Amino acid sequence: MKRRYTISVFTEDMVGLLNRVTIIFTRRKINIHSIAASESEVPNVHRYTIVIEEHEDTVKKIVLQLEKQVEIIKAFYHLDEEIVYQEIALYKVPTDVLAAGKEAEKIVRAHYARVLSVESQFTVIEKTGQKEETQALFNELKPFGILEFVRSGRIAITKPMRTLTAIVEELESEIKQN
Amino acid sequence: MKTVELQNEVFAQKPTQTMSGAQAVVQALIDEGTDLLFGYPGGAIMPVYDALYDVEDRLNHVLTRHEQGATHAAQGYARATGKVGVCIATSGPGATNLITGIADAQIDSTPLVCITGQVHSHLLGTDAFQETDVVGISMPVTKWNFQVTKAEEIPMAIAKAFYIARSGRPGPVLVDITKDAQFEQLEYSQYSFKGLRSYQPKSKLNMQKVAEAAELINAAKKPFVLFGQGVLLSQAEEAFKAFIEKAGIPSAWTIMGASALDSDHYLNVGMLGMHGNYAPNKLTNECDVLIAVGMRFDDRVTGDLSRYAKQAKVVHLEIDPAEIDKNVKTDVAVLGDAKEALLALTGLVDENKHESWLAEFRKLEQEEFAMVVKDELTPSSKELTMGEVMRTINQCTDGQAIVVTDVGQHQMIACRYAKFKQSKSLITSGGLGTMGFCLPAAIGAKMGHPNREVVAVIGDGGFQMTIQELGTIFQSKTPVKIVVLNNEFLGMVRQWQDLFFDKRYASTTMVNPDFQTIVKGYHIQTREVRERSELESAVKEMLNSTESFFLEVKVGREKNVFPMVPTGASVSEIRLK
Repeated sequence: MKRRYTISVFTEDMVGLLNRVTIIFTRRKINIHSIAASESEVPNVHRYTIVIEEHEDTVKKIVLQLEKQVEIIKAFYHLDEEIVYQEIALYKVPTDVLAAGKEAEKIVRAHYARVLSVESQFTVIEKTGQKEETQALFNELKPFGILEFVRSGRIAITKPMRTLTAIVEELESEIKQN
Repeated sequence: MKTVELQNEVFAQKPTQTMSGAQAVVQALIDEGTDLLFGYPGGAIMPVYDALYDVEDRLNHVLTRHEQGATHAAQGYARATGKVGVCIATSGPGATNLITGIADAQIDSTPLVCITGQVHSHLLGTDAFQETDVVGISMPVTKWNFQVTKAEEIPMAIAKAFYIARSGRPGPVLVDITKDAQFEQLEYSQYSFKGLRSYQPKSKLNMQKVAEAAELINAAKKPFVLFGQGVLLSQAEEAFKAFIEKAGIPSAWTIMGASALDSDHYLNVGMLGMHGNYAPNKLTNECDVLIAVGMRFDDRVTGDLSRYAKQAKVVHLEIDPAEIDKNVKTDVAVLGDAKEALLALTGLVDENKHESWLAEFRKLEQEEFAMVVKDELTPSSKELTMGEVMRTINQCTDGQAIVVTDVGQHQMIACRYAKFKQSKSLITSGGLGTMGFCLPAAIGAKMGHPNREVVAVIGDGGFQMTIQELGTIFQSKTPVKIVVLNNEFLGMVRQWQDLFFDKRYASTTMVNPDFQTIVKGYHIQTREVRERSELESAVKEMLNSTESFFLEVKVGREKNVFPMVPTGASVSEIRLK
């Protein structure tokens, strides 16, 4: 059965590495639902969070093929219940619909969304949550006219307690012993 | 050398001297022990060629006639010697012409360092003359690649390239160097890589797993070993032999593992796969414990996976974690270097003979001999067979030659019938099946082993894919012995058309030129054989020559290679006719 998996990839900071990562998916014709990449808590180590829908058997093989890449330090895969994850969404709406007492303002409050910026023409609202939550706000704001909308890829923290710092330290001590 | 620790890399460094980036490339190659490289010059790599001119006495550059030839020659060298093959090309078309050879090296785990020139760094991304994104293009087919835009990056990039190419499961790497980086001056230091935190070339042996493997093997009534190139790559030939001899296990090889065990060894039960031997294919589905050593269960070896060795417990000795359970589910996986694993395992297995099990192989071997082998090696028909040519080569070389093959029917015949008494004696394009591989690969093999006879066995199709490398043979005076088995067909495709496409021979008939005349044009001695009576004397004449020699044998046009496991069939459904 295909299920949603979140793959966390820890890499060295190197030009072109994202390409090496996506190639592993492309060659199996697997669509990447979302991808987020940024520096991790360890300096010069980057963390990619990739969401795909696949059979676990395939995901396992992908993770091994990711780890096989020289500059990939570690890769892990998790089901949704094994991680805490969020996305961020930004909504640009006409400012006048948010005027006091109007329906739109109630919706923003009900969704615990935040107003980031108010301009005479438009207002930018931010909502952090899981896709269903950011989508729910989108659906409710839509009748008022959404001028622009953007949603980030998923970022995720895993529930197991082993830290990246510990993993990196272990790997570094191994090569120093050689 | 002093050891330096960066954040993510540990390496040793020698004191510095000032030189250009191009000189640094050449110096780094020499520092890595390179004395031979294959390549083709062009605009963006000219500074490096200029630097090579100064070190011709120490670093022999062989000018191939096409960049693809340079990669295959470097592969042939690497496969014959176990050292890293090096090739060099210019940017743009020079770089893209390397790709086939790099892909071949990637799938066949061949250590290769490829150096390409690139346009000036300020022109990157501008569609400059002969600019191509070779780092992007080669990414799916390299173990690692890197673009150098500053001269100071060169020493470390080259050292890292060699370290990655040769360590763990070997593979091809590519270093792309912009022309301005080749001109720029730098303070050169020799680097020697000890490790990267993101890269574990091989796992530490897990003795618990070794013990579990030994337990399965000791309880087995019908154990069966499959071995691949891992045995050759880890120089585990002796350890392997000691293991199978102690445990008394019949052993079959993938074409990449050929020659790791003497052809005539009593436990060598032959070749696996689509055109492999009858017994090992059939009995894969009868064994109770299957022990795979340094092989990757390629689909040409396994046939239909859903009916592959389902009755057996599977033990997999493998260096690459990504190969475990990739195609065949393993009961016990022993990760690590094949030699280390075999040495440890041999200590734990019981002495055994498995005579009645071995006799089952012998029985099927006789069936195959009667139905296929006899007529292939000693044909009753007037037409010459590829098999009898291989038999004659075996006789005349006493199994001491390095046999290099191209791809197709002749390849399967050569793999099936060549006899080996030395390791690293079969060089063939296994995973990628690259026609045109043979002629340049044979050049590299001969240069790596000048004292061994190198016989290139090629079909008339593949010969014409890299025929221009005759020029390399002539210019470099490399005494390669070339045997073209000419059936005036693209034989393997024709065989499939015969068996599976109602004999509709779409574009498989070859109208060939007069090869004798062409080869003579390169001043290489030639001989043509049409009659059986001439075969042995012709092979002897070829082998007795101290120079390169071209032997063309006109063989039967529409012969098929058997046995055969048709696509989609199980290995035990192997057909003898």
